[in-house]
Parts: sequence; structure tokens; C-alpha cells
Amino acid sequence: MIQAFAFYLFAGLVIASGAVTILARNPVHSVLWLIVAFFNGAGLMVLVGAEFIAMLLVIVYVGAVAVLFLFVVMMLDIDFAELRAGFIKNFPLGIAIALVLLAELVLGVGAWRAGAIALGTPAGDAAPLLGESNIENIGALLYGRYLFLFESAGIILLVAMIGAIVLTHRGSRAARGQQDIARQNARKPSEATINTRPEVGQGIQL
Amino acid sequence: MIGIEHYVVVSSILFVLGVLGIFLNRKNIIVILMAIELILLAVNLNMVAFSAFLGDLTGQVFAMFVLTVAAGEAAIGLAILVIYFRSRGTIAVDDVNRMKG
Repeated sequence: MIQAFAFYLFAGLVIASGAVTILARNPVHSVLWLIVAFFNGAGLMVLVGAEFIAMLLVIVYVGAVAVLFLFVVMMLDIDFAELRAGFIKNFPLGIAIALVLLAELVLGVGAWRAGAIALGTPAGDAAPLLGESNIENIGALLYGRYLFLFESAGIILLVAMIGAIVLTHRGSRAARGQQDIARQNARKPSEATINTRPEVGQGIQL
Repeated sequence: MIGIEHYVVVSSILFVLGVLGIFLNRKNIIVILMAIELILLAVNLNMVAFSAFLGDLTGQVFAMFVLTVAAGEAAIGLAILVIYFRSRGTIAVDDVNRMKG
């Protein structure tokens, strides 16, 4: 009973906040509703016992991606009213395409319920459960059968990080004071320091 | 009783909402990126639900890879957005024609 209640709560909230995300006037509100949607999606995942992915969703999305979105939305000085100009014009087309997609998905689920297509018997090589908990099992899979994919995911993240830095890095180095190593090495004490004996109260000319 | 159908229905509605968001906010690329994140959330939900339904953890492992790629995509997309805004002063994407494509 409590499971059904939790499911309908999370499902209703994830759909409602997803709808508000795409309809909100202010993109900052969109980001905040996106965070709500991800929290409730994580709740739905916890309900089926996938707590690792759920925690990952909260940490990665709410902790990193949503904050990145908020940062960009607030940093850029954008006239959002102008960007919403085509909203009404695009509404019929968007609704039509969404309805077509929804009808296709409903057709798929209905066909599956009416007796799915038999694609043959499973080969019996489903990943065996090696540990006690969800996290232990996923860890055993990630560092065992999917080790290469796991390392590739790390490479993808590294490339994304370097790419983002290279893209947004400002190239004008002169503005920040460029280090000229040859000039530094060629400097001698005789050029760098001078001995003067100034009159009292006169100061020196550099 | 909650079954796999309930999860499939929720994730399909979420997926359709994401596609609708792309069409409704055709000018605002920030909201388009957020709609893409919604689509990826729907896909992840589907993968996790079927992984629990079939008793095969591979679905959850692949949901993790989808999460990785989504994080990278958001970072690169926002970086491109920032440099585009720097050079043009706007992020209206319906008149992006710099590359004459």
C-alpha cells in the first residue's frame, strides 16, 4: 500500500515538474523544477531497489549539472522575453509531434500487453549477482564484465572536461601578464638593481 | 499493484514532455538542453525499471553510462553556449547561420 502511494506520489511529481520545466517563463525556475524532477525520478528508482543509480542521479544532476545550468543562466545576460516570442507559434506543431510520439508509445505498450513478440529464449548469460547489496553488485559488474566500458566512460568525462575548458578559456594572454622565460633568464643583477644616494626629501627617479 | 507497465507509462510521458519542450522552446537553447536532460532521465528510468523487472543489473550499469554521457554533453553544450553568447550577445538559436549550413 505504502509502495503504491510512494509510486504515485513520485510519478505524479516527476511528470508535473517535468511539465513545469518546459513551460516556465523564467529559465531559473526551469532549472529548479528540473531539480525537483530529478529528485522524484531518483525516488522512483529507489522504489525498485536501484539505490546506487538513484544516489548517482541526485549527486551528479542536482550537485553538478543543475548547478552548472543555474550558473550559466544567471551568468549570461539574456533577454528571455524575446526568446519566448515563438512559443505560441510553435505550440500546435509541438503538441502534434508529442501526441504522435505518445500514440506510438501507447501502441507499443498495448501490443506488448496483448502478447509480446517472442524474440527467442534468453542465452542465460544475464549478469550474475555477486554481492549482497545493489551497490556491491554494480561494483562487481563495473570492475569485472564492464571494466573496459567503465574506463571509456572515464575517458569521455576527461575529454568533456578538457573540451569545456578549452572552449571557454579566453585566449588573450597579454591581458593577464605573459611570462617571457627568455627575458627572465637573460636578466642580470647589474640591470635589475641600481645604487643611488638620494638627497633627503628628494626621492629617486626610476 | 505497481508493475513494469506503470514505470513504462511514466517514462514515456516524461520522454514526450522532453520532446515537447524542444519544440516549444525552439529559440531558447538552455531550455532545449534541459528538455534533453528530461529525455535522458526518462530513458534512465526505463532502463532501471526493466533492469529490476528482468533481474539483470546490466540495465543499471548502462543507465550509469547514459548518466556519464549526459553530464559530458551538458558541460560541452553549456560551454558552446557561453562562447556563442560571448561572440553574438544572444542565444537565439533559430538564426544561427554563422557556418552557412
